[in-house]
Amino acid sequence: MGKKEDNIKKAKNLMNKLNYIRNIGIAAHIDHGKTTLSDNLLAGCGMMSEDLAGKQLVLDYDEQEQDRGITINTASASMVHEFEGSEYLINLLDTPGHVDFGGDVTRAMRAVDGCIVLVCAVEGAMPQTETVIRQALREKVKPILFINKVDRLINELRVTPEEMQQRFVKIIAKFNELLNRVVPEEFKGKWDVKVEDGSVAFGSAYYNWATSAPYMKKSGLSFKDIYNYCNNNDQKTLAKKSTIHEVLLDMVIDHLPPPIEAQKYRIPHIWKGDQDSELGKNMINTRESGPLALMITKIIMDPHAGEVAVGRMYSGKIERGQEVYVAGMPKVNRVQQVNLMVGADRIPVDYVSAGNIVAVTGIRDAIAGSTVTGDSDAEPFERIVHVSEPVVTVAVEAKNMKDLPKLIEVLRSISKADPSIQVDINQETGENLISGMGELHLEITDYRIRNEYGVDIVTSEPIVVYRESVAKKSTQKFEGKSPNKHNRFYIEVEPLPKNIVKALYDNEIPQNIKKHKNDVIKKLQELGMTKDIAKGVFSIQGLNIIADITKGIQYLFETRELIKEAFSGVMKSGPTANEPCQGLLIRLVDAKLHEDAIHRGPAQVIPAVRNAIYGSITSSDPIILEPMQKVFISTPQELMGDASKELNQRRAVVRDMINDKDMVNIDAKAPVAEMFGFASAIRSATGGRVLWNTENLGFEPLPRQLQPEIVKQVRERKGLKPEPNPAGYYMD
Amino acid sequence: MNKGRLTFIGLGLFDEKDISLKGLNEIKNCDKVYAEFYTAKLTGANISKIEKTIGKHVEILSREETERGDKILKSAKDKHVGFLTCGDPMTATTHIDLRLRAANMRIKTRVIHGSSIVTAVPGLLGLQNYKFGRTTTIAYPEKDYFPTSPYQIIKENKEIGLHTLVLLDIQADKERYMTANEGMKLLLKMEEKHGEDLFNEDSVICVVARAGSPKPIVVADTIKNLIDRDFNPPFHTLVIPGKLHFIEIEALKTLAQLPAQQIRKLQKL
Repeated sequence: MGKKEDNIKKAKNLMNKLNYIRNIGIAAHIDHGKTTLSDNLLAGCGMMSEDLAGKQLVLDYDEQEQDRGITINTASASMVHEFEGSEYLINLLDTPGHVDFGGDVTRAMRAVDGCIVLVCAVEGAMPQTETVIRQALREKVKPILFINKVDRLINELRVTPEEMQQRFVKIIAKFNELLNRVVPEEFKGKWDVKVEDGSVAFGSAYYNWATSAPYMKKSGLSFKDIYNYCNNNDQKTLAKKSTIHEVLLDMVIDHLPPPIEAQKYRIPHIWKGDQDSELGKNMINTRESGPLALMITKIIMDPHAGEVAVGRMYSGKIERGQEVYVAGMPKVNRVQQVNLMVGADRIPVDYVSAGNIVAVTGIRDAIAGSTVTGDSDAEPFERIVHVSEPVVTVAVEAKNMKDLPKLIEVLRSISKADPSIQVDINQETGENLISGMGELHLEITDYRIRNEYGVDIVTSEPIVVYRESVAKKSTQKFEGKSPNKHNRFYIEVEPLPKNIVKALYDNEIPQNIKKHKNDVIKKLQELGMTKDIAKGVFSIQGLNIIADITKGIQYLFETRELIKEAFSGVMKSGPTANEPCQGLLIRLVDAKLHEDAIHRGPAQVIPAVRNAIYGSITSSDPIILEPMQKVFISTPQELMGDASKELNQRRAVVRDMINDKDMVNIDAKAPVAEMFGFASAIRSATGGRVLWNTENLGFEPLPRQLQPEIVKQVRERKGLKPEPNPAGYYMD
Repeated sequence: MNKGRLTFIGLGLFDEKDISLKGLNEIKNCDKVYAEFYTAKLTGANISKIEKTIGKHVEILSREETERGDKILKSAKDKHVGFLTCGDPMTATTHIDLRLRAANMRIKTRVIHGSSIVTAVPGLLGLQNYKFGRTTTIAYPEKDYFPTSPYQIIKENKEIGLHTLVLLDIQADKERYMTANEGMKLLLKMEEKHGEDLFNEDSVICVVARAGSPKPIVVADTIKNLIDRDFNPPFHTLVIPGKLHFIEIEALKTLAQLPAQQIRKLQKL
C-alpha cells in the first residue's frame, strides 16, 4: 500500500472522531504564496511526491490556473497529520487570491472553522490581507498567521537578524490591528496572534521550511541557526530539520478549533433557524446521528462526473442513494457518489459525516451557496455574503448561430458553479450578458467558454454596471394610480443612511422579515431609524428597504404581497436607466383602495405601486452610482511620473502616497469604468516595472456632469429612448 | 359645448336580446360603437350575433384599452359614441372613472340601463333586495394573493341579519369563470383560515347559475349537498343568507327547492 492509499484509509477512520478534525482554509494577498504552501502541506502528508511540490501546484488543477500562475478555483484536499502522539484529519480548502474572485473566498470561508493567513515578509500586510481577515471574521473563522518568503528577506534584502525581528514585530502588530477592527466581540483579545504561543509561524513555502516558537523549542533550532542556514544557502537542510508541513499543521491543530467546538458558536451565526429545534441542536453539537445539513460552497465541473458539489457537513451523514432536498427547490435529488477530495482526485467513500468536507455528485439542483437537507421545509443557512458584487458586464454571442442552444446551457452551468457570475439570457435577441467581479474575472470566463466548453463566442467590450439612487428626500408624496383608477398608493423616498446600507451589505439584517420581525425592528432602531418606520419595514430588496407607515387602512394588508412584488421589480430595474437601485428607503404613506377585492387584484395594485415608486424616485433628484476600485501601485521613484500620469487620465484620486526607500506606494481610488485596459497601459508606460493591484470598493455617485451622457448611453444600449421619463409620466 | 357624446349602454344578462329597446335605438344613432367583455360576457351570444342585432360594427376593447380610455374619449370628443357593457354599465363594473373623465372633457354622457346580476339573483331566489348587505367578490387566488375580505364582509352582514351576494371571479381573457363549486371551496378555505365559525358544510347557501337565461339553475341547500353538484356553464353566483323573512323561506322552498329539514332549521332561527 502506498503512502497515499494508506492516508486515505486513515482519513476514512478519522472522519467521525470530531476532536481530531480541523477544517481550514489558506488565504492571502495575491502572490503571497498560498498555492505553494498548500502543495507542500499535501506533499508532506504523502498526498503527492515531494519533488513535485512547489512545482506541480496540485491545487491549481485548472489548466488555466497554471498558465496564469494564479489560483482561480477553490479546490479542497484532506490529509492526515500526527501531533503529540495522535493522528488528525485536516481538510484543507484552497482559496483564490485575486480580488476578482472574491466570491469564491467568501464561500470557502463558510465551510471552514479556521484559516492560515499568509503575509509576505517583504511586502507586509497588503490591501487584500485586510479583506481576507474581514472575510474570515465575518464567518467567525479563526485566523492564524504565517509570515512567508523569509528567505527573500535574508537573501535579497540582506537584512540583519535584528531588522528581521523588527519586521516580524511590525507585521504581527499590523495583523492584530486589522483583526481587532472586525473581530466578533466574544473573541476580542482572545484571537490575537502571538509568537510566544505559536499562533504565528514564519518560513518559506517555496523552500519548504518554517518555524515557530514552540517548534524551535522542540527542534532545538534557534533563530540564529535559521538565519545562518538561509545566509549560507543551505535551505535544503533547514527544510529537513524544520519542515513546513510539520510546523504549520502542528500550529493548525494546536490553535484552530475542531468542528465540535467551532460549530457551537458558528451555527447560531450562520443559521438563523430555531437553535433549540432538532436540527439546531444536532448542528451545534456536530452530531452524525442528526438530520442532514450540508452547505454547498463550490460546484466543480468534471468532464466525466459532471457537476460535483463540494461543501461542509454540519449535521448527519450523507451517503450514496440518499434522497435530499436543496432549499428553495421543490424536487428530491438523489445522491450518486460521495467522495473525499484529495487535490484533483476524488476518493469514493461509503459516507461522510458531520464536521467534514465532502464532494458529492447527483445533487443537481445545488449551486454554490445552497443548503442541502433531508427535509424540504428545513430553514436554510444564511445567504453567503459576497463581499464583492458584479461590477462589469460583457455581451456574449455565439459565433455560429447553431451553437446558441449550447451556449445558453454553458452559461447556465457557469453561473451555477460561480454565483458571483451573473448571467442574463435573452432568448429573443440571442444576446446574453455575463456580469462579474472585474475585467479579469470575465476574461477567464470567456476563456472557459471557448476552451473548456468548446463554444466559439464573440464578446463585446466590457461595460460597467451602475446603480440608481436618489440625492434627496421627496418633498411630497407621489400618487400612483391603478389602471382602473380605483386604487391609489402614496409613496415617499429618501436616501437610506450609510450605516444602514452598510448593515444590509454586511448581511446583519435578516432577509426573512416576517420570521424575524422583532430582530429587524430592534436592529434598525439601533442604527438610528425611528420606531414608526422600523416597525413598518416589510421587505428588503438588495440594499433597499420598504416600510408601511400607514395606519388602519382597510384591506391594505391583502395587497401587501403585491406591493412587495412591485417594490422588488423596481429595485431590480430603476426608472433612470433600468439599472438596479441601491440605498433607498421607500415609505408607503397612504393608500386608497376599492371596496371589492376583484378591483384591487395584482393587475391593479402592482402597476399602481410601481408607478408611485418610479415617480417618487424620478422627482427626488435621481442619481447614478458607479463602481469604484481601490488601486494600489508600488513604483520605483523614477517611474512615479509615468504611473501618476496613467492614473490622472482615469479620474483617479490619490488618497495616500508613501515613500519606502527607493519605492513609492500609491493608494488611489478610481472608477472601474476608467480602469479598463489599465493592465496593458501601465505595463507599456513603465516597462512592466510597476507592481499594482485593484480591489472593488463599492458604488459611489457619478459626477453630475457625466450623468446625462452615461444615462443616455445605457438607455440606448438597452433599446430605450435616450431620456428617462419625467415624473409626470408616472402620474396616470 | 362640443357635439361629442358618450352613452353607456347595458346589454343585460344573457344574450343579444337582453338589451332594452331604448338602448337599441340609441345605438342606431351612434357614429361609433365600442364594447368590453372582460368584466363579463353574454354567455348566450357572440359578437357577430350582437352586431347583427344592432346592425353595426362593434369594436371590442381589451382591458388595457378600456382602462386607459384614450380611444373612447378621443372619438367621443366630436362623435356620438356608444359603449356597450354586459349587465348594467355602472353596477358591479368600474366604468364610473371613464364617465367622470368624459364629463371633465365636457363630453355629454348618458347611461342606458340593462338588467344586472345584482338584482337578478335576489329576484330569482325570491329574496328581498332590502335585506342585502354589502356585495363581495371571491377572486381567484394567485401567487401571493388570496384576499379573504369576502369573509369579513359576509360576517359583518350576517351580524346585522343581512344576506350577502357573492359574485365569482371572471377572467374573460383567460376564459376562466369561477364556478359555484370553486367559490364554496374557497369560502370553506377562508373559514379554515379565520376560524370564526361563520359557516361550515352544514350551512345553507344559495346558488344561481346563468341568471337571465331561459333555464337558470336556482337552488338552496347545505354546502355539503351542493359543493360537488354540476351547475353547468357559467356564470354562477352565490348568496349567503342572513336572517330570513317568512316569505323568503317560502320562496326558497318553492323556487329553490330548499329541503324541508333545512326549512325547519331556518324557521327556528
